[in-house]
Amino acid sequence: MKKLTLAGRVSIAVVVLFLATLWYMPMWQIDLRAPQYPGGLSMKIWINDIKGDVDIINGLNHYIGMKTIHKKDFAEFVFLPTTMLVFMALGIVVFILNRKLVYYLWTGLFMLIALFSFYDFYKWEYNYGHNLDPHAPIQVPGMSYQPPLFGYKKMLNFEALSQPDIAGWFYIAAGIILVGISIYEYKKMVKK
Amino acid sequence: MKKIISMLCSVVALASMQSCKMKDTQSVVQGDAASKAYVAPGKYDEFYNFVSGGFSGQVTVYGLPSGRLLKVIPVFSVFPENGYGYSEETKAMLNTTNGAIPWDDQHHLELSQTNGEQDGRWLFANANNTPRVARIDLTTFKTMEIIQIPNSAGNHSSPFITENTEYVVAGTRFSVPLGDADVPISSFKQNFKSTASFISVDKTTGHMNIAFQVVLPGMNLDLSHAGKGPSHDWFFFSTYNTEQAYTLLEVNASQKDKDFIVAVNWKKAEEYAKAGKGHKVAVDYAHNIYDEDKQMATSTIEKEVLLLDPKDCPDMVFMVPCPKSPHGCDVDPTGEYFVGSGKLAALIPVFSFTKFTKAIADKQFEGDYYGIPVIKYDAALHGEVKKPGLGPLHTEFDGKGNAYTTMFLSSEVVKWRLSDLQVLDRVPTFYSPGHLMVPGGDTRKPWGKYLVAYNKITKDRYLPTGPELCQSAQLFDISGDKMQLILDFPTIGEPHYGQACPASLIKDKSVKFYDINKNHNEFVSMGEKKTNVVRKGNRVDVWMTAIRSHLVPDNIEGVFVGDEVYFHVTNLEQDWDIPHGFAIKNSTAADLLIMPGETLTMKFEPQKQGIYPFYCTDFCSALHQEMSGYLRVSPKGANTPLKFGSGNPDAVASTEESK
Repeated sequence: MKKLTLAGRVSIAVVVLFLATLWYMPMWQIDLRAPQYPGGLSMKIWINDIKGDVDIINGLNHYIGMKTIHKKDFAEFVFLPTTMLVFMALGIVVFILNRKLVYYLWTGLFMLIALFSFYDFYKWEYNYGHNLDPHAPIQVPGMSYQPPLFGYKKMLNFEALSQPDIAGWFYIAAGIILVGISIYEYKKMVKK
Repeated sequence: MKKIISMLCSVVALASMQSCKMKDTQSVVQGDAASKAYVAPGKYDEFYNFVSGGFSGQVTVYGLPSGRLLKVIPVFSVFPENGYGYSEETKAMLNTTNGAIPWDDQHHLELSQTNGEQDGRWLFANANNTPRVARIDLTTFKTMEIIQIPNSAGNHSSPFITENTEYVVAGTRFSVPLGDADVPISSFKQNFKSTASFISVDKTTGHMNIAFQVVLPGMNLDLSHAGKGPSHDWFFFSTYNTEQAYTLLEVNASQKDKDFIVAVNWKKAEEYAKAGKGHKVAVDYAHNIYDEDKQMATSTIEKEVLLLDPKDCPDMVFMVPCPKSPHGCDVDPTGEYFVGSGKLAALIPVFSFTKFTKAIADKQFEGDYYGIPVIKYDAALHGEVKKPGLGPLHTEFDGKGNAYTTMFLSSEVVKWRLSDLQVLDRVPTFYSPGHLMVPGGDTRKPWGKYLVAYNKITKDRYLPTGPELCQSAQLFDISGDKMQLILDFPTIGEPHYGQACPASLIKDKSVKFYDINKNHNEFVSMGEKKTNVVRKGNRVDVWMTAIRSHLVPDNIEGVFVGDEVYFHVTNLEQDWDIPHGFAIKNSTAADLLIMPGETLTMKFEPQKQGIYPFYCTDFCSALHQEMSGYLRVSPKGANTPLKFGSGNPDAVASTEESK
């Protein structure tokens, strides 16, 4: 079994540190703008909470029959932090074992979690935008209100912009580091 | 032949005279005026301009330099538009010792000050007819307190304030006997008095309290202003009718060559009050406070006031002779000069505070007026502005050593220099200005950029609207040497005095909505599940909520003719600019306009059986028209059960006195 390079070992600390930002800053933000809301409305998604103008958005969405958003309805706010904590703890194990193969496995796990998280986020957005109350006062045939997973979308009088927030960028950076270092470690091994 | 030639000449002369044209008022507007008053859509004005409503009883708020109307603040008159004076929460604000009064005549305004500069906390307003002073909070633009002034009438020289808002004054313009005594009108000289009331203002809460009243001989205290800097301890009141006429004042009060500026040393008065030199007398006056926490106004009848008689309090009051029925009484930003504008005089006397204090020290008195020392005119005089114009009324300052005085008769604003009293410029106004206003122009720190003249006569300025016209105001740019007219705009009611301050003092602390968690109204519904209908005898209380786009409950049955129904409507919204309204058919109260997080109550007494729709009166949302409900009123003695709800009204029934 090949040992990790210095860069590889340092990267473990950096990744764990980057992921720790998830508890201090929001990871995703969805900005909404409509003529009646010149200052815009903003929804901040944290690893364990949803903040921002949620009450106002909930108040508006009942017109088109969208479900109201409540923190307690999200199992993700429990299992996502738990998963990330476990992942970060595994980082310590990787550091101690100091083996390239374990590092690759750790990176793979990260990609798996990331893929699943995005799939879960997409699924929630799909349900949020499509599961509409059949008795809603405003019904536009064929219209759904699924927010964009990433980027810009216009829905009725609202424009929505969905993008990572600070901790989200740290999360993405952690992923890039993991993949980058894995490649680096692999190339080093091949050269030898 | 010579005769014929001279005749022809004179005919030609006459003809040529006719071809001369009077100066057109349009010609005074020059070049870039429009761009100076233009505030682009979506941009904010530089100044808030608070303008008294005169006979409207309210205060209006304009933006400067655009002249855009931003708000009408209900103060002394009922305001059906939002239910002020009609809702159970606000009825008490208009209470007096003579019951609720729906109207008053609102003349002057003063913004609160700290160290002689505007601090943007409160706005004070006077009521002239039934003497009162109001305090408006500038975070909510809401009238928070109204205090009635006993022993007074014609509360005109009010609500001017001292440099740290220690006191707001109220001075009598129509002298009356103290304690509402029943005496012959002809006993004016013996029995009639004018009082200068000093209302203390609590530094944190703003709550007002009549600290003391200085009792003065019967005369008309007209306007006033506090000293500044060196003259900090003094308050100056102009007075007319020192002739003490009580009939046909037009002639009888204009006889004397000079009336007075009354100078009151309020610091001394404060000391005399503390030292027990005054005497307490029994009076009645209403003190109305709006409690923001309980969202409810209460009216208390106060029973006592402290009177200070200048006879018992030496060196507290002095008189300075001032020509011909002075009106305006204004103090310059340095506090050294005070200006009395004799409205029938052909000059403006300017007094020097330094000379005034020296005259007192040297006892340069020419006599006394009912025991109050009268200082020699020349001993206190800094100088006179010669030939300023006709009918000088009010003066404001730009902080650059210049003063601006309105001329009622010659319909103009005249700019003159304080140091050498030279007239520098004059511009016409349209027509006959009363007060004028420079932002901060009566404080230590004027913002000498704009000047507004509030005119009394409008005539041809705007499209005609029948016999009754609005009053006009004109905005001048005074940043250069010459005053330049840049805007002419109509106003509400009859503006007298105004105040203006930089928008930055107020705009960022403006409240957007009330936090519903801090709503402690006795009848608040904290959520739709807390709504209820409760009967106690013939009183029915309805706990109702409003949120886009429904009222809960929206079906109510079991109410009878002769019941007193109280709709306590809570607006559950927690977002900016989402008010809801409430009205019910045949209600004799006015509409309620309920701000987010607020609870307001309408009392409704149905006179006949039937179905009474109620609805939201403020277009709140796309489903605003659906925001309505029904009240069923059954004949007296019917056995309709009490039933209410929303969505499924039959499912909810309340037992009597369940709450």
